[in-house]
Amino acid sequence: MASVATAAGGIGPKPKVGSISRDRKWALRWSYFFLVVFAIFFLTPPVYMLITSLKTSAEISAATNPWWVFNPTLENYAELLGSNQYITFFRNSALVSVIVVALTMLISVPAAFALSRMKFWGSATLASGVFLTYLVPETLLFLPLFKMMVTFTEWTGIELINHWYVLLLLYPTLTVPFCTWIMIGYFASIPKELDEAALIDGAGWLQTLLKIFIPVALPGLIAATIFAFTVSWAQFLYPLAFTTSADQLVLPVGIITSLIKGDVFNWGQIMTGALLGAAPPLIIYAFLMDYYIAGLTAGATKG
Amino acid sequence: MQRKSTIAFFMALPLIALIATLVLYPAGYAIHLATLNKSMERFVGLGNFFFLFKRETFWMVVQQSCIFAITAVIFKALIGFVVAHFVHNIPARGQRKWRGMLLVPWVIPPAMSCLAWLWLFDPSYSAFNWILALFGIEPVPWTGHTGWARFSVILVNIWIGAPFFMIMYLAALKSVPEQLYEAAAIDGASWWQRIWYVTLPMMRNIIAITALFSLIVTFANFDIVRVLTAGGPIDTTHIFGTWSFRVGIEGYDIPLGAAVSLFMVPILAVAAVFILRDITRRGNES
Repeated sequence: MASVATAAGGIGPKPKVGSISRDRKWALRWSYFFLVVFAIFFLTPPVYMLITSLKTSAEISAATNPWWVFNPTLENYAELLGSNQYITFFRNSALVSVIVVALTMLISVPAAFALSRMKFWGSATLASGVFLTYLVPETLLFLPLFKMMVTFTEWTGIELINHWYVLLLLYPTLTVPFCTWIMIGYFASIPKELDEAALIDGAGWLQTLLKIFIPVALPGLIAATIFAFTVSWAQFLYPLAFTTSADQLVLPVGIITSLIKGDVFNWGQIMTGALLGAAPPLIIYAFLMDYYIAGLTAGATKG
Repeated sequence: MQRKSTIAFFMALPLIALIATLVLYPAGYAIHLATLNKSMERFVGLGNFFFLFKRETFWMVVQQSCIFAITAVIFKALIGFVVAHFVHNIPARGQRKWRGMLLVPWVIPPAMSCLAWLWLFDPSYSAFNWILALFGIEPVPWTGHTGWARFSVILVNIWIGAPFFMIMYLAALKSVPEQLYEAAAIDGASWWQRIWYVTLPMMRNIIAITALFSLIVTFANFDIVRVLTAGGPIDTTHIFGTWSFRVGIEGYDIPLGAAVSLFMVPILAVAAVFILRDITRRGNES
């Protein structure tokens, strides 16, 4: 900021008209300069992932320039995509994320509709309660939840711990409160005249929700879906605590526990696995950036 | 009317059930768990807490959690503010591209990007140390030495979180009416007067809310420290989340782990009260 100061204001008051545009030009140059500096800082790790993923293990352990690929190869990609284990992690992650997104929407959309339009006893308290639960971090809940799952198995004989489907119970605690919260916001912004008109035309509540609210609030719905997907895809603590067998792991935990064996780090494969694991959220972000950012700024996401 | 509110209640029922059984109940259960002994058969009252107070590691975790959260949030807020201004400064048609590029650290799952940082910090092949060596600087023990390891986890946290602040501030900057700046310019305000008297007051709410949110999440962080240092060297980078995992899951002492994690509650509660107050105030205004 200080550099912009000297560029924009430090030259001193000049009455000429031309100086304003010249100051502006310098402020612009400094802005671009610092943006480039910050872009380098922000993009170095992902770029370095890509660089390393294209190297052979021999090149990685050689004392050459680590920032350059001398013999690019797709070996790491071929090996990972050909390994059953990695495909299993990917499948588990995709399965968990997609089902959690569906569950989240089924729970939070009707609830948001009810809370924003149909008042019932305690509905106002529930709305702010939903927001408060969103602030309860998973690091506080994972131990009691772990013990609850153990007790549940003792009582019913249904095995939950160390099965991927236990995550279907756990992830909604992270996604549902926030999705409900932003859907309440989107639904509340729909003019009341619209659903009154629908009611007069003889539409029931379900029809009003399906034919008016969901289409009108579609951008919010997309933002909430993206949020639920990225949160489920990225979650690390729950799968690390609740699943251990190699065939039940999701991507983040799978990469860390299976590719790092003792002290042997196969960095080429780790970086490839991490890059492929980061790909689905990045692709969604690339195509639906505006929805992604709308969801982010709508309710002040976890940051 | 009766029927309408009954339907509404049933529509919200899955949400209520989820929150009650998987958030509220475990939160209360954590308090009960913290009063049991390791095998969870005997009630020990506050025994776990007294045991923690006597351990040096616990006080180190308290200290490190505070340093970690406060330093990281301050720098995230500062960097986010500065970068948001630079993006706001450039012509509108280029802003989308820059904004898209600068948010990438936030989009990558933290466990994945932390692996990239772990590799950049590698003791023998660190790519940063390679650059430093070009200038004749000794290799830096990024994750191997207490001071540097604490610096590294905070750095990575800033890297992940600053783009989020940038997006929030950018949205806030766009909402400041242009006339205010014009009026300030006519009154002869310098650039920092414009920031101090126009931008900051207009953005005060969003800055406070974002910082409080970030404080909660950073304080309760797990992924970054777990992947980068796993609490090492010698437990010096542990924060509440990672240490309660170490004690509760890896050490098979769930009650003690729950006791550790409960120490996050006071600061979370304070931040939550402030956030809720702001939310209800905004709700009343609209």
